[in-house]
Amino acid sequence: MLKNFKHERLETNAGLLLVATMLSISVGGLVEIAPLFLIDDTMEKVDGVRPYTPLESRGRDIYIREGCYTCHSQMIRPFRDEALRYGHYSLAAESKYDHPFQWGSKRTGPDLARVGGKYSNEWQVQHLIQPKSVVPESVMPNYPWLMSPLDYADVGDRLRALRTTGVPYSLSQAEYDANVKQFGAEVAKTLHIPDAQKNLVAQAQEGNYDGDRAIVTEMDGLVAYLQVLGTMVDFSKYKPEDLVKYR
Amino acid sequence: MADSAQNQGVQTTGHVWDETLQEWNNPLPVWWTYSFYATIVFALVYWTFYPSWPFGKSFLPGMAQITYTNAQGQEESWHWNTRAKLLKETQEANAQQMPYYAKLMQTPFEQIGKDPELSSFVVSAGKVAFSDNCAACHQAGGAGKVGLFPNLADDDWIYGGSHEKIQETLVKGRRGYMPPFAEALDAAQIDALANYVLSLSGGQADAAKVATGKELFHSQTAACYYCHGDNAKGRQDVGAANLTDKVWLWADVPGAADAEGKLAAVKKVISGGMAKGVMPAWEGRLSPEQIKLLTVYVHELGGGK
Repeated sequence: MLKNFKHERLETNAGLLLVATMLSISVGGLVEIAPLFLIDDTMEKVDGVRPYTPLESRGRDIYIREGCYTCHSQMIRPFRDEALRYGHYSLAAESKYDHPFQWGSKRTGPDLARVGGKYSNEWQVQHLIQPKSVVPESVMPNYPWLMSPLDYADVGDRLRALRTTGVPYSLSQAEYDANVKQFGAEVAKTLHIPDAQKNLVAQAQEGNYDGDRAIVTEMDGLVAYLQVLGTMVDFSKYKPEDLVKYR
Repeated sequence: MADSAQNQGVQTTGHVWDETLQEWNNPLPVWWTYSFYATIVFALVYWTFYPSWPFGKSFLPGMAQITYTNAQGQEESWHWNTRAKLLKETQEANAQQMPYYAKLMQTPFEQIGKDPELSSFVVSAGKVAFSDNCAACHQAGGAGKVGLFPNLADDDWIYGGSHEKIQETLVKGRRGYMPPFAEALDAAQIDALANYVLSLSGGQADAAKVATGKELFHSQTAACYYCHGDNAKGRQDVGAANLTDKVWLWADVPGAADAEGKLAAVKKVISGGMAKGVMPAWEGRLSPEQIKLLTVYVHELGGGK
């Protein structure tokens, strides 16, 4: 049959060409993507990684809305220069609740995978409003409008959407109990969708990220998100060799 | 066209359009074809040495090995991967740097400056660490920012400028706080206090208000003396500022255009208080060696005690 197959038949038959093109492209997909759903040896088994709280999650939405990812990556590669500047290399497990993940590959600004806790809230606020006021050589734009009130009426729906992708936000008592078992009671409370608005306001009040407790601003959300980046895993609990075996 | 193609002995695909328009079928250059085959051979070799194909629930790790000496001094081997490579490279770089860091850790603070080799190491390595970690707030030269971050290059210290205190600040971080007095005091009292505070460092102030302010400062009503001290020189154990010098951090007195502006800047801090001034804790993020390096570097910036 192959002997009789002429290139001309493909070129002159649009339907056949379409099917053949899709077949050859899907080989790449099958080889590269399908195994990712089967391999479980590459996901590090580390403690501490949890889904974002409602406030952090809204902050993450703002991070995406403002296009922060176009200049900032969140992926510290296992190179010595990156480890020296940014800290421990990123683990696959650390972005397992990120949908979509924010790894990125474009660094006009520095990597942000471990920016949490590196600077104070005041610095983050000042820097987001006017980056050049603290980093004179910066080319980052100003984001003064982040001090406007945060719309959090739909935060429950947003978490529900993430839940459909597999992030364990809880709706029922049974799911809540499962979260208590997995993350502890304190974290499980923040993952309960019916209490999302209440928890968001409580975290913004307590954290006082933007220096103003009176209103919950977008700045509260974004700084809460930035301050948790890369802080969930306690690396002092692991020897370097514990993490090598996953590669 | 058709004739000339045949004349030159070129193959055609046999497609003909518009009577004479033909599609040539020139073979690829030989060098290109063999380069293509060579890449296939390269891939086969690569797959045998380096991690490649997914295989069941795991993957083929390949035959290449990385061997290095771990922290316990034992040799360890892994299949080639970037994480093991990082361990090896870090270990090799540490072998070169460690003599300096070990010497830094062994040498008492006051001896470091007397050792020319060690102090030039502190200056060069410290500058890099400072730029990466400290300069975002305290600025490249350590001059800080009025209203936000303290100056590290002068000899005025909020929490103490000895090596031990600087190290403590780095390790544990700091959290500045002054309560707001807007509710406890009325406008006239705050005005009087601000006049007194300005007069302490030789600023322009109303003499009558200074007297009232001084009384308030030492009274139980305002109780400023409790943190700032009877002599208003501050208390480093609680991070209360010295009010008798001309160094300002929270009230932007130097930036104010006139006497009224200076007064307003001080009044703003008295009435609103200060809940900023957070220094992050660096323990865990930086190694004890890096913290000692930065302690000495900051101490040497100009104002170490």
